[in-house]
Amino acid sequence: MKDEATYRRLFRTALLIRLVEERIIALYPSDRIQSPVHLSIGQEAVAVGVCDGLRPDDLVFATYRSHGFYIAKGGRLDAMFAELYGRTDGISGGKAGSMHLTAPQVGLMGSSAVVASTIPHAVGAALSFKRRGSDRIAVTVFGDGATEEGVYHESLNFAALMEVPVLFLCEDNGLAVHSHRPVRQAYRLAEHAAAFGIGSRRLEEGWDMLAVREATLQAAAKVRAGAPFVLEIATSRYKEHVGVGEDFHFGYRTSASVDAFKRRDPLIVDAALAKALEPELEREIDAAVAFAEASPAPGRPELLTDII
Amino acid sequence: MRKLDYAGAIREATTQEMERDPRVFVYGIGVPTWSSIFGTTKGLVEKFGPERCFDTPISEDAMTGFGLGAAIRGLRPIHVHIRVDFMILATNQLVNMVSNYIYSTGGRLKVPLVVRAVIGRGWGQGAQHSKSLFSNFTHIPGLKVIAPTTPSDVKGMLTAAIRDDNPVICFEHRWLYWAEEEVPEEAYEVPLGVGRILRPGRDVTVVGLSWMNVEARLAADILARRGVSVEIVDPRTLAPLDEGLILDSVRRTGRCIIADCDWVDSGFSAELSARIHEKCFGQLKAPVRRIGFAHTPCPTVRELENEFYPNARTIVHAVEDMLGLEAANLDGEDFFSHERRFRGPF
Ligand SMILES: Cc1ncc(C[n+]2csc(CCOP(=O)(O)OP(=O)(O)O)c2C)c(N)n1
Ligand SMILES: [Mg+2]
Repeated sequence: MKDEATYRRLFRTALLIRLVEERIIALYPSDRIQSPVHLSIGQEAVAVGVCDGLRPDDLVFATYRSHGFYIAKGGRLDAMFAELYGRTDGISGGKAGSMHLTAPQVGLMGSSAVVASTIPHAVGAALSFKRRGSDRIAVTVFGDGATEEGVYHESLNFAALMEVPVLFLCEDNGLAVHSHRPVRQAYRLAEHAAAFGIGSRRLEEGWDMLAVREATLQAAAKVRAGAPFVLEIATSRYKEHVGVGEDFHFGYRTSASVDAFKRRDPLIVDAALAKALEPELEREIDAAVAFAEASPAPGRPELLTDII
Repeated sequence: MRKLDYAGAIREATTQEMERDPRVFVYGIGVPTWSSIFGTTKGLVEKFGPERCFDTPISEDAMTGFGLGAAIRGLRPIHVHIRVDFMILATNQLVNMVSNYIYSTGGRLKVPLVVRAVIGRGWGQGAQHSKSLFSNFTHIPGLKVIAPTTPSDVKGMLTAAIRDDNPVICFEHRWLYWAEEEVPEEAYEVPLGVGRILRPGRDVTVVGLSWMNVEARLAADILARRGVSVEIVDPRTLAPLDEGLILDSVRRTGRCIIADCDWVDSGFSAELSARIHEKCFGQLKAPVRRIGFAHTPCPTVRELENEFYPNARTIVHAVEDMLGLEAANLDGEDFFSHERRFRGPF
């Protein structure tokens, strides 16, 4: 039995993320967003299902592909657009841009464009919860490619040794830029985690927000009890790795490779609900864009603040 | 002679060396893929096959140690990083292993390893896609460090690096990839450790690093119209440094400005400045000046980037100040080059 209210809540946020990124696509040729953008279109269900399955006070550490997590965690949309525009009212006054979104007040603690570099941060943050006897958890979000860095393996090991409440969340879109997973990996994530005594689960239905939410709730319950966990979610990146276009003409993958996913993508399949919600969400985005456009650009004095 | 751009010159040097020497191979994240490191490795996998041109996992540290292992067994690897910022994940291998292998084996083993790394800039590269970090590597004995500015230099210096039995780190500024000039078609070497006078002059020496030579040339043109003659010296190889060329120039002009493409504090410019003060003290008409990035992480937004990076205007004003000239009105000058050309996304 599908819980309608939950479905609508998740659907609304997922649609907001997609419409925000479609707005970014529309704005990009105007050069008002002068920053690399890594779109999550196709992957929204992961951000939305995961964040809804977490408690608001759980912490998330993320990557350069984090518009979705920022929004799903409850980050302010106007301050995000102002950040993309590089304006003083942006979350970091334009110093961060799309690749380094943070919103500590809603639990998005950091996002890095150096692959895998936030994974150990979540382990450290989890230690702070353990020390304080808190039942909050820390989540690190990373792509399939990030698991190839030594720091992933080292972080799993240490999390297991320290028995800290950390959830390792892998968004497996099968790609690292233009490289397919089989040329990069000789292991399976679940078996690998098991070697450290860490429980894991792979969810194939990464388009299904409710399934992602359910899987997160279950994983988070284990983590809250003190056991690190690896949750791997299969998903699909519709757009190019970085930038606002498609990349099927590059020749390394075909549009057919994402079609199976698109046929199940609720934001596409449930067109009636999308259509019903769209006007309200577009107004929200209009307001955020207007906020960004009205915000002043930073200058020399801002360059020299917040260094140490 | 036909013209070639900097990216094409890298590709040509690599291709010619792979043809000449079957021990040469090239690898790194994304190297054989569609984007092929901004085209610098394009066509290599088709020509030489996946055994000599291959992709890797995202594992910079291990891939560097792998390169070392291959190099001491007589292969000649070229490891490519699409950003300097990612190369530093391999710092242990580069600094603790690669740099002292020859020394600690008493010269019995050679390390013919080339590591290429791209310096990013512009369109919001931000704090993690914009580093140069020259001095992190020139600080280390046992590493050769090069930063070619022109297409003909990068072709000849990369060729020399591939043929060299020592580890060489090659810094390539992303914006230089579009620079074009006449480049000889046949393979040739530009020897490592030899600098170059990019433009002769009398009044002041500007030592330019990498992209800053482009800015220095523009500044020199502007200053020439005011009757100031600027000599531009491009060290090209940062380690081992062609100190004589720089000192000779400074002794002739009596003045030196170092335009680094990096942070100033503890940077390569500090090393250069110290050597010039130590060795040309009596001949200097003014203290050496250093120009470089603002001492902040690189900001993402363009307005702050404009404040972060020095440019030709910075050099013009430094020269004027040093010569006691009034600051010229530069309103009519265009100081933006690739800021307008480079429209992302990466
Ligand atoms: C340490 C490091 N090496 C290389 C890169 C270049 N790079 C940027 S994204 C990326 C692919 C990452 O793939 P994945 O972790 O699966 O994340 P996705 O982009 O698919 O979301 C690479 C190799 C980087 N940013 N950092
Ligand atoms: Mg991926």
